[in-house]
Amino acid sequence: MTRRIDLNMVAAHAILITWSLVVLVPIWTMIINSVKPRREIFQNPFGLPSEITFEGYSSAWLAGRFDLYFRNSLIVTVVSLLLILFIGSLAAYALANWRSRVSGIMYIYFIAGLMIPIRLGTINLFTIVQRLGLSDNLFGLVLIYTAMGMPIATFVLTSFIRSVPEELTEAARIDGAGEWRIYQRIILPLIRPAMATVAIFNIIPIWNDLWFPLILIRTQESRTVTLGVTLLFGQYQTDWTRALAALSLAAIPVLIAYLLMSSQFIKGLTAGALKG
Amino acid sequence: MADTVLTPTRIQDGKQETARWHAQRRRTWILFLIPALVVYTVFMAFPLFNSMRLSLYQGQGLTPDRFVGLENYAELFTNPIWRDRFFNALGNTFIFFFIHMLVQNTLGLLFATLISNPALRGRNVYRAIVFLPATLSILVTGFLWTLILNPRWGMLNQLLEMVGLGSLARPWLGDKALALPAISLVSSWQWVGLPTMLFLAGLLTISDDLVEAAKVDGASGWQIFWRIKLPLLKPVIGIVSVLTFVGNFNAFDVVFAMAGARGEPGYATDLLATFFYRTAIAGEHPVAQPNMGIGAAVATIMFLILMTGVSIWLYFGRERRDTQA
Repeated sequence: MTRRIDLNMVAAHAILITWSLVVLVPIWTMIINSVKPRREIFQNPFGLPSEITFEGYSSAWLAGRFDLYFRNSLIVTVVSLLLILFIGSLAAYALANWRSRVSGIMYIYFIAGLMIPIRLGTINLFTIVQRLGLSDNLFGLVLIYTAMGMPIATFVLTSFIRSVPEELTEAARIDGAGEWRIYQRIILPLIRPAMATVAIFNIIPIWNDLWFPLILIRTQESRTVTLGVTLLFGQYQTDWTRALAALSLAAIPVLIAYLLMSSQFIKGLTAGALKG
Repeated sequence: MADTVLTPTRIQDGKQETARWHAQRRRTWILFLIPALVVYTVFMAFPLFNSMRLSLYQGQGLTPDRFVGLENYAELFTNPIWRDRFFNALGNTFIFFFIHMLVQNTLGLLFATLISNPALRGRNVYRAIVFLPATLSILVTGFLWTLILNPRWGMLNQLLEMVGLGSLARPWLGDKALALPAISLVSSWQWVGLPTMLFLAGLLTISDDLVEAAKVDGASGWQIFWRIKLPLLKPVIGIVSVLTFVGNFNAFDVVFAMAGARGEPGYATDLLATFFYRTAIAGEHPVAQPNMGIGAAVATIMFLILMTGVSIWLYFGRERRDTQA
């Protein structure tokens, strides 16, 4: 009996270790080869480097203006997230409290976007963004990502706010507090866990998005990291050290963030996907 | 007594005051909703519907302005310039989706079943590793695997030679028959963490008593999986399938990174989204000019396919809920 269970365990570990290698070896080779001299990449792709060089990084960083791309991606991601959380939670607070036909319809209107990729509206979106003078502009990206985040934000936050005991807000209302004050002082602190879920669910698609920068961004000044990597990779097709350095540059910040808080990431993304 | 405490205005003027209070509250709710409504409408809902309307128009420039009825659809389905590539992309998208269902979701179920065993050591580490690629940019994944599958340096071919299977080495992304499966597998590698986590969440809700009772009755692990766990996982299987469907029917980045906007070699990896990108934005060979009307028709067809899939899921989901109730 015990022997059979052990065998099952051995098989489980064997399968999971094999898959771990399939995941980790490519990422390992990306990082390790990005600091090897060019010749060594071909001779010894899997081993440790005999000498470490940051040549690939410095040339990718300088030629590609990665400092600029990082700044742009950071601005776009942070501002979009703040907007999603702020106007999403405001709307969710109203949807949770306002019981009427209109709010019911609005709720369905927001939720309908959960299953529809915003990409399909690109043709008209392109024109709208251009008319508003927002093409080639980071703020244009921010507004698109904010719209994209609304369905999940209203969905998660409305159901969360509905679960807040009514006594809490009712007591403040009797004391004469306005809805804005109640939102600020009572609701916002209470819904922090749900806000974290919404933030994590949105952060990766926004940071990693290629489609909209590819279509809307023309000048180097407004390029994001993904767009920068695309262009650099095209140029460096034959220069592996630099190509791998550019990829590592894009991947390492996200990997570090993930390693620091992987369980929150998994929880947030899974919750979002389940609700989606 | 409690009533007067809850709405003190009623003590004085009764109904009129209450009505005013309600009107004021409604104004507040509308104010709270406006920012979200405006952004969502202007940048998502309106462009989506307007894009569909534009599929009935034709014309030069940014907004097609000549009403042509269903002519764009007729062009798309009959004119060989569009027709062959459209149906090729449609077929490829289905293959792309089915490979994800088969490989990504089966592996996800397998990993989730293994990780859900509380006696397994290091399960949190495994969980973190399985999920790790999902945090990378699809672009990084795509480029990285392009290097790995490259016939010149390609680590995969080197690895095959190291273990004595050198005869299996192939120009993976250069072969028409292999490129699409290869790209689908790379994309599965990236996303397998999502179904794993969803199945894991589903498995953890199955009560231990049920499994214990089956064990007492002499059921094997295999039987417990097929007869007890899998049927109880049906709702999760539904969610995973519909998410895979929606996610893959507008997949773009991985093909763009690994095979370019034209789905090389020779459109063998062209998907609906890359086809849409060329017709609507980049310009399709040999016209080389974006055709907004045709592009809008492609987007509308993608929308209808997605809605059909989601409706099927909603329909069967409802049926299940009804039988449970």
